[in-house]
Amino acid sequence: MTAPAASNPRLAQIAGEFAAVPEGDRLQLLLEYSDELPDLPERYAGRPDLLEQVTECQTPLFLAVEVDEAGGVHLFFDAPRESPTTRGFAGILRAALDGLSAGQVLATPPDFSAKLGLRDLVSPLRLRGFDAMLARIKRQVRERAS
Amino acid sequence: MTLPPDPDPKFAEYARPEMLVSTRWLADHLGEPGLVVAESDEDVLLYETGHIPGAVKLDWHTELNDPVTRDYVDGAGFARLMSAKGISRDTTLVLYGDKNNWWAAYALWVCTLFGHPDARLLDGGRAKWIAEGRPLVTERPAAAAADYPVVERDDTRARAFRDQVLGHLGRPLVDVRSPGEYTGELLHMPDYPQEGALRGGHIPGAVNIPWARAAAEDGTFRPRAELEAIYREEAGLEPDDDVIVYCRIGERSSHTWFVLAHLLGYARVRNYDGSWTEWGNSVGVPIRRGESP
Repeated sequence: MTAPAASNPRLAQIAGEFAAVPEGDRLQLLLEYSDELPDLPERYAGRPDLLEQVTECQTPLFLAVEVDEAGGVHLFFDAPRESPTTRGFAGILRAALDGLSAGQVLATPPDFSAKLGLRDLVSPLRLRGFDAMLARIKRQVRERAS
Repeated sequence: MTLPPDPDPKFAEYARPEMLVSTRWLADHLGEPGLVVAESDEDVLLYETGHIPGAVKLDWHTELNDPVTRDYVDGAGFARLMSAKGISRDTTLVLYGDKNNWWAAYALWVCTLFGHPDARLLDGGRAKWIAEGRPLVTERPAAAAADYPVVERDDTRARAFRDQVLGHLGRPLVDVRSPGEYTGELLHMPDYPQEGALRGGHIPGAVNIPWARAAAEDGTFRPRAELEAIYREEAGLEPDDDVIVYCRIGERSSHTWFVLAHLLGYARVRNYDGSWTEWGNSVGVPIRRGESP
C-alpha cells in the first residue's frame, strides 16, 4: 500500500550503495555511516529521560524523534563509539529518513535491513537491532504525527 | 609452546600461568614469528575502528559458528579458518577483545575444542590496551595463509550437551547470567535483545555467579585469592568437582570456564553452550524459578 507520494528514493540509493561494493568492503561502508552519525544536539545531551532506549540492540542505543511544523521528521541517536555496528545502523536510518514526511517514514518496508546485504556479514541476530530501531521510529512518528 | 610464557608475578599465582599474557608482554613480542594476535569482539565492526597492530579479526557469529546447523564449525571448517588467519598448529595465539574479554574467552574455548596447543588471553583485553595509550591501527595485516591440519572437534572434555546436563543434575552447576535472568524475571540480558526463550528461571541446583564478577575494574582477571573467595568459599565449588557452567548461548560462561579451568585449575569443567536458549525452550526439562538454587 505504498502510495507514490510516500516513496523514498533514498532507500534504493542506500541499498544500491551496499550492493555496489564487494562483500569484503561492506562493513567498511557501515563503519562510514557509524562515523558520520552526529552527536546529540544540546537539548538532548545528558537528558536520557527524553530519549527512548532501543533494548533490542546489542548495545544500548537511545533515540529521539521530532516532527516539525512542516511535517518533517527528524531523528536523533545516542550510541557509544565503542559500538560501531549499532551506530552504523543508526547512521543508515538517519541518512534514509531524516527530513522526510511522516508518510514517507511510515512507508519504509519493515524488512529494509534485508536489502543491505549485511545478513551474513553481521549476523541475523545483530540485524534485529536495526529492525527494532526502525519499528520504534515509526511508532514515535505515528504518535507525534497524529 | 612457541613463545615463552609471560613471567608476570600476578599470573604465577594461577593454576596455569601460561594461559595469560599482559599488555606489556604483548607489546614486547608483537611481530615475532610464531605469534598471531586475534581480536574477538561482541561488536562486529569494532576491529575495523582500530586494533592492535598486526592483529587479525575473529568473529564469533560469522566465523566460529556453522552458518546452518546450531553448532561450531567442524574440523575442516576450523582448519580453513585458522589457515586463512595465518595460524598454524604451532602458533602461539593470543586472543583479546571488548567487554572484559567476554568474546575472546569464547573464541579461546572454541579453539580448545580443537585442541589448539597454545592459545592465551590478553589480560584486560582491548580496554586495557587502549587505557594504557598503546597503539591501534586500522590496516588489516596481509595474513599469509598458513597450513592448519584438519583436527576433529573433541566435544567430550570441555563441552556439555543438554542430555549430559540432565544426567548431571544434583552435581555442581554454575549459572553465570544476571540475577534477573537466573530468577526468571527476565528472559534475556538487561539491555540486550530477546533471544527467544519460552521459559525463565534456572537449571535446578545451579548457583548464580554472574560472569563479570571474575573481572576487576580494569577488565583484568581478579587475583587468585579473590577468585577462590568467589568460587570456592561462596559458591562452594571444590577443585575436583565435576562442574558445568552455562549462560544464554555459552559465551559468558566461556569466561567462567576459563577462570575455573585455567586460573583455578579445576580438573573437570564443561561449558553447556546450548545454555538457556536451549534449556528454556526444551519440553519437559526441570526449571526452577526464584533465588534459591
